[in-house]
Amino acid sequence: MSAAATAAELLAVMGSRQLTDDTTVFAGVGVPLLAAALAQQRHAPRLTIVVEGGIIGPQIKPGRLPISTNEMRAGHRALMLPGITDVFLFAQRGFLDYGFVGGAQIDEHGNINTTALGSDYWRPQVRLPGTGGANDITSLCREVIILTAHEKRRFVKRVDFITSPGWIDGDGSRRRAGLLFGGVSRVVTTLGIFGFDPESRRMRIEALHPGVALPTVRDNTGFELLEADKIAVTEPPTAGELTILRALDPERRFLG
Amino acid sequence: MGDPDLTPAAYDFVAARRRLEAKAKSAAEKLTSIEDAAARVHDGDVIAVGGCLFSRTPMALVREVLRQRRRGLTLARNLMCTEGEFMMVAGAVERVVTAWMSIGLPWGVSKIMREYVEGGKVAFEEWSHLALGLRFRAAAMGVPFLPALTMLGSDLVPVGGMKTIDDPYTGTRLAAVPALFPDVALLHVHRADRLGNCQIDGYPHMDVDIARGAATVLVTTEEIITEEETRRRPDRTVLPGFVVDALVHVPFGSYPHECYGLYEADFDHFEEYTGAINARGAQAVADYLGRYVYAPPTYADYLDLFGGERLARQQRQAKELVPGS
Repeated sequence: MSAAATAAELLAVMGSRQLTDDTTVFAGVGVPLLAAALAQQRHAPRLTIVVEGGIIGPQIKPGRLPISTNEMRAGHRALMLPGITDVFLFAQRGFLDYGFVGGAQIDEHGNINTTALGSDYWRPQVRLPGTGGANDITSLCREVIILTAHEKRRFVKRVDFITSPGWIDGDGSRRRAGLLFGGVSRVVTTLGIFGFDPESRRMRIEALHPGVALPTVRDNTGFELLEADKIAVTEPPTAGELTILRALDPERRFLG
Repeated sequence: MGDPDLTPAAYDFVAARRRLEAKAKSAAEKLTSIEDAAARVHDGDVIAVGGCLFSRTPMALVREVLRQRRRGLTLARNLMCTEGEFMMVAGAVERVVTAWMSIGLPWGVSKIMREYVEGGKVAFEEWSHLALGLRFRAAAMGVPFLPALTMLGSDLVPVGGMKTIDDPYTGTRLAAVPALFPDVALLHVHRADRLGNCQIDGYPHMDVDIARGAATVLVTTEEIITEEETRRRPDRTVLPGFVVDALVHVPFGSYPHECYGLYEADFDHFEEYTGAINARGAQAVADYLGRYVYAPPTYADYLDLFGGERLARQQRQAKELVPGS
């Protein structure tokens, strides 16, 4: 049945595989929510999805995927609607295991910029929409997983503005800034899966998707990537995974 | 512009308390006209807008504030949508205090926001979503700040002038998120009685904290219920009447944004609106304001521009998403 996976499908599948059962995940609309729903239907039936709009345990209606995290579609068949401030306070308390985020710029320490391009915050070259809840997710969840297309303009040595802190400058700087918990554990891209050196907290290649060569990754990254001792190759998306995803988004609003 | 320092008025809990003490907190009739309600907004006010993005936006109040040609406003809202673009193009707002602004993911980055912020016409004071929620909650609690573990280590800290504090018990460094006491809160709710006791279905968003923190609270409601009905289900009341200064009965008061369980957001309308902006930029919004805000004399005339069939369709879609509503 299955045609080759699109970039969005690949991201959703690889993202979903990062989630384990009996956990909680903070997921935004689009690919992150699809990844979480896929995990729930496939290998993590006891996963609880939490959405920024103040929603706990929604069951997304196939074909009616939400456009924002704060609208009726996002809360379809939810278990609880505690409100926005309180849903983030669940994360501050430590109830949220995983958080999915994306970003316009990502740097070698996993810091994310969704605020502005340019050097003057008040008169930016390009004003972006802002953090939304991404800063809170990266500050408060136990583990943060970045899901993103892999492009050179996106993977920069240093973000213009740290909207959402990853490991900041590495070497313990995140903890020294007062962020006592969590941090970015994985960067899942259209080319591979990346982690961070435990000391320097610089990004390193851990796995490549099938058919992706190492030079391709380096050519599409604006900084020097470290390498894990052994670089794995990911399993391609299975027909079963793609069938579930495509049923969730039959209009292909987010799957491309 | 671009003053990175906090305005002391935002977190001055003593002044905010005095202001509330000086105000009548009456269990009296609050029902009035939309014109009378919106006239309580003054040039230069800090306005907090309830709802979130395109959910339960107090559109009728926003529309009337624009009709009364207010100027120099600061608009505080956690996620801002079309109402922020209207205020920018109308020249009503000089600063937005928010975590995120655009229409919604499918429509990309707001071109209007980019033009006004990059051009220096409007200051964009960015806070994390939780931090802005805690600013409203601190105000609702009557305290000058709340400790938190968020926003630390990011470049957002100096933007709004947030300070840190050492925990007196453990010595740990914490964010000291400052209160934001708005001059006026604009809210839209599902139902209220004539005294202003309000009930909200579905997402609470930040409305309750906004109202409790504000000096003046203006509310529109989909439905007016009797005081007897309020007394039958007091557990559903989220704001007591003494918090509310003016109440207006406005069915479809969020349209074309959604009201939980009652009508879904009109995405076709968003398509037309953003399509016009893609073609003609800010002039498209100016034209839109002429057609939807300034020309129709009443809110009923405004709703007629969408038509009863469209409104009924959006109601049906809401019922599919929230069965039993």
